[in-house]
Amino acid sequence: MIVSSRPKTARTAQYVGLWCYILFLGFPLLWMLSVSFKSGPELVELHPHLIPQSFTLANFGTGLHEYGVLHDAWNSFKVASLTAVLTTFIGVPAAYVLARQKGLISKLGLGWILLSQMFPLILIIIPLFLVLRDLHLTDSHAGLIFVYVVWTLPFILCMLQSYVRGIPRELEEAAMVDGASRFTVLRTVIAPLLAPGIVVVTLFAFIQAWNEFFFALVLLQTPSLTTLPVALARFVGIEGIVRLGPLAASALLATLPSLLMFVVIQRWLTRGVLSGAVKG
Amino acid sequence: MTLVPEPRGFRSRRPRQRAGVGLSGAESLVLLIPALLPILVLSVAPLARGIYLGFTDSRAGLGVTTHFIGIDNFRALIHDTLFVNSFKIGLIWAGCVTAIQFCLALGLALLLSQPLHGRWLARSLALVPWAMPSVLVGIMWKLFFQPQAGILNEGLYRAHLPGSSIDWLSDFTWALPAVILVGVWAGMPQTTVALLAGVQSVSDDLHEAAAVDGASAWRRFRDITLPQLRPVIIAITTLDLIWNFNSFGLVYVLTLGGPGHSTELPMLFAYNEAFKYGEFGYASALGDAMVVVITGFLIVYLWGRLKETTS
Repeated sequence: MIVSSRPKTARTAQYVGLWCYILFLGFPLLWMLSVSFKSGPELVELHPHLIPQSFTLANFGTGLHEYGVLHDAWNSFKVASLTAVLTTFIGVPAAYVLARQKGLISKLGLGWILLSQMFPLILIIIPLFLVLRDLHLTDSHAGLIFVYVVWTLPFILCMLQSYVRGIPRELEEAAMVDGASRFTVLRTVIAPLLAPGIVVVTLFAFIQAWNEFFFALVLLQTPSLTTLPVALARFVGIEGIVRLGPLAASALLATLPSLLMFVVIQRWLTRGVLSGAVKG
Repeated sequence: MTLVPEPRGFRSRRPRQRAGVGLSGAESLVLLIPALLPILVLSVAPLARGIYLGFTDSRAGLGVTTHFIGIDNFRALIHDTLFVNSFKIGLIWAGCVTAIQFCLALGLALLLSQPLHGRWLARSLALVPWAMPSVLVGIMWKLFFQPQAGILNEGLYRAHLPGSSIDWLSDFTWALPAVILVGVWAGMPQTTVALLAGVQSVSDDLHEAAAVDGASAWRRFRDITLPQLRPVIIAITTLDLIWNFNSFGLVYVLTLGGPGHSTELPMLFAYNEAFKYGEFGYASALGDAMVVVITGFLIVYLWGRLKETTS
């Protein structure tokens, strides 16, 4: 053998390491998947198996119908999609200003974006609760959407403004020399070039709202209004964790939408985090 | 374009704006207001009021009058053993999660930068927690830790290891370590992504030169990779510390702060004070105390940045 054994052992060690990570990261997911396909009798067995002995889809049916997961999912979907659309709609013009204007407002804006991520939510939720109560907006989806829009805006603005920076100014200049107004430029030059960024940001806002727990827990009391995370958390609280199968199945279903969207945007998102969090 | 003569004075000394591309103040304001107004009304103002509420006796309920009571809440907090306990647990939790997460994420980032088969799988799996709602991460790990039907105890039993009858999340000794493990899992994505980008931006030339000179892999890591990663490490560690210190949903689902307050993070304590007992003023004071701790983290961060630029 010409190749020395040292690099080879190093490679082997690397593979062992990699598979340890895959096990650590993937195993809990695998277990949830397994539980969600198990039948009732198998779930109460003293010594559970990793691979279900008899596959069943009954847990998904129970989750959807008995626990009303479908209704909660609809609530979550409504809140999340309205949040996403509203956030993007008011975020794009603001991000444009933040990117193109080097003045005081932009500095303050970006400073606030960073700062707002650091405060404990308890300081915001109590006054918000009081304000929304005065407006009769607690325990309503409208109130929750307002809160989500404001809460997702900072990150959205941060990402969008870095996309705007990537658009050459010359394009705007050309349009403005031709006599286009600022709003025309925004609509006809910036928006189309920003389209990929807008898609990423909209999906990201959707995921944030779909996943959010704390505000929904505090603001929504009526059971018919609750979003999916709150409903599932209550379910764990009330029933203990007695009926594992339907719980695992519901949890799996609840994860799917954001997971699918995440697959679409992850490549851009990882870039956004870097420009936003680390370099910012 | 109109040819309005520019007024004389200081304005004429400004460089001429290029074909009107610069935004005027009015234009910026119009474009900003739709975002600015909600942020001011629903974020800046509530935050200011929240900080102030810490100095009042505000309580839940309609028609309750609120009085300014100075630092009475903070005096009470210092003597509240549960508060001291929650901060201690918060710091242990944030410190442990951040440290373990950092080591694991750095290892993973280094592996992912190597040409290994199957790294796409590790990379994808490392991103999954990011997309999962924290409540569902909690539920998933609850299934894992289940005393009877959980896979952890079954695995321990089959491997003839001790601990196969422990109810991990209800055990005074084990609840906090178990919760920390979940915290590490849930926070892997952001840290790994940041460190991976850092690792990939370390120049290959230096590495090759060092390898030619006979430097071992460990020396190359210590003397080339690590120093170049410093800014990224400082930034992501600070953010992780702050995020973890503010954490709520995960532990709420896993243990509700129990057993016997042994996993009660500051946010859980504050939530109970505010929305279980209606003590808005007291809970806000607790939030203020959290801000003090977070400011401490930030000062350490800025100090690190400062050292960075001077050296």
